[in-house]
Amino acid sequence: MTATADSPGETRPPAPSGPPGSASRSARRSSRPDGAAWYFLGPFLALFLFAFVLPIGYAIYQSLLTVERHGPLGLGEPSIGFAGLENYALALQQADFVDSFGRVLLFGVVQVPVMLLLALTLALMLDQLSDRWAGLLRASYFLPYGIPGVIATILWGFLYVPGISPITEALGSAAPDFLSYDNVLWSIANIVVWEFAGYNMLIIVAQLKSIPQELYEAAKIDGAGPWQTALRVKIPLVRPALVLTCVFSIIGTMQLFAEPLVLKLLTPAVTSTYTPNLNAYNDAFANANIHLAAAKAVILAIVACALSFGFLSLVTRKQRRER
Amino acid sequence: MSATTTPEAAPAAPVTSARTTPPGPRRVPPPGRILLVASLAVATVYFLLPVYWLVIAATKSTDKIYGSNGFWFDSPRLLENIGKVLSYDGHVYLYWVANTLLYAGVGALLATLLAAAAGFALAKYRFRGREAVFKSVLAGVLLPHTALALPLYLLFNKVGLTNTYWAVLIPSVVSPFGVYLCRIFAESSVDDTLLEAARVDGAREGRIFFGLALRIMSPALVTVFLFQFVGIWNNYFLPLVMLSDDRMYPITLGLTTWQTSQDRIPELVQYTVGGAFLSVIPLAVAMLVLQRYWRTGLTEGSVKG
Repeated sequence: MTATADSPGETRPPAPSGPPGSASRSARRSSRPDGAAWYFLGPFLALFLFAFVLPIGYAIYQSLLTVERHGPLGLGEPSIGFAGLENYALALQQADFVDSFGRVLLFGVVQVPVMLLLALTLALMLDQLSDRWAGLLRASYFLPYGIPGVIATILWGFLYVPGISPITEALGSAAPDFLSYDNVLWSIANIVVWEFAGYNMLIIVAQLKSIPQELYEAAKIDGAGPWQTALRVKIPLVRPALVLTCVFSIIGTMQLFAEPLVLKLLTPAVTSTYTPNLNAYNDAFANANIHLAAAKAVILAIVACALSFGFLSLVTRKQRRER
Repeated sequence: MSATTTPEAAPAAPVTSARTTPPGPRRVPPPGRILLVASLAVATVYFLLPVYWLVIAATKSTDKIYGSNGFWFDSPRLLENIGKVLSYDGHVYLYWVANTLLYAGVGALLATLLAAAAGFALAKYRFRGREAVFKSVLAGVLLPHTALALPLYLLFNKVGLTNTYWAVLIPSVVSPFGVYLCRIFAESSVDDTLLEAARVDGAREGRIFFGLALRIMSPALVTVFLFQFVGIWNNYFLPLVMLSDDRMYPITLGLTTWQTSQDRIPELVQYTVGGAFLSVIPLAVAMLVLQRYWRTGLTEGSVKG
């Protein structure tokens, strides 16, 4: 069954050869009506094509078009014409679009490691507790994951705005302005950490639980204390979970949308072009330029996929070299 | 890469919840113990503080939300507040609750069923194009979902589906991650010999799936359902671009419209808080109760790395 545990990037043996060890059963395999697979796959595949593949294709198509104006002063009847890569060039020339990528990149470089370090630390600390306490605390750390980003932002918004916030009240004159131009990015980062640290912790906890007990016993016999066990045994073994959480966090960072959109109501420091997603949304609805918006959505999808695939292959290559 | 995922990792997954914490070193030396307890206490305060604030604020009037200490009660009137939240604007909040249950509840249920069938097919049959299908499903896992919302809007606008329940429901029933989890789970837990035995007994493929495979896969299905439920509940971009009639909004979208109008109608501050309270509390309880299912299923997810 080792084949099941393979990574997504790994190429599997070609289908006709079947899983390893099944060759002896090949005579009986002929009784399996493989054609039935399409009945099971059909409904999912049809909707997947309609709600995943087709929209992307249509967005790419729309991104290659533009509204052409005719007549004197461009006041004539507008028509849709082929624009090639014009929208992409226009998007990349817009300083605020490029800036928004820089912003989420900076955000990700700080927020993802902080969140994963917090998640890892919490997971390792809970591992030291009795089951009952660990269960209770795990649940309370995980709780924010069930609160949608918008509602979490509404909540934290109340804790950020001076005059309502009991936090700024308690801190008195030492209280920072959470919503100032310099601070608001990190105030958003705090909301995202709050929402997802517990979720990532749970993934790491799951991996910790699947570590064979003999390893702990061996470490104990070798005289390793709790610190050494954590650093030398546990952390290297939860690495797959860390890679997984990191990839999902990178994807999540690129998608940043609801949090800045809600905070935009509370502070002028968040503009309507604050993140790439907000930027594209603004083009589609406020500026009514769906072709440019489509180009931006495509750029965003490409960058996000490139980053997560890049990270995955970086980790895999490093691992291969270590082997 | 396969070296990182030991053979134990995948098949052992379903049982992990039953296993107790490894006996490892239980007792840390006292100074470390104090540090441990203190850090965990600080973390608990951090994660629960906004929820605590919400519970307190839900009992207050708009004036008191502004004018009293946010961390303690001041003339509490929770039931009156909740009554107002529910009845405001022709009971619009109740519509939002029903819509949320439709989108997240029914959507996640259908997504789970579709993912189970697709995952089962990918795991238990050999056919041409199997790998191509699986690879495109994986690409779907890695694609940012909000990057998809705008393209979906463009397409649905073209075919006239925007501002209908379908506009939110159709994209919600597609869960590539669910297919991925179901395939892995079906491969490791649905036994080939069992399927063959059922076929020898004359069972049709549909009966094998609904009567046998679904039951064996149920632990994974609970996880897929929960993932998808929270995913739909969290997805704000999609309903935001698709819906314009506020009677079709989910709770999240509704609350932000209240938040937006707070300048004109000050009571909406209290209604936003009360509405958030009403939607968060049942979910918080569900989280606590269903926590062990998350753990079981997430192990499957983590072998992916």
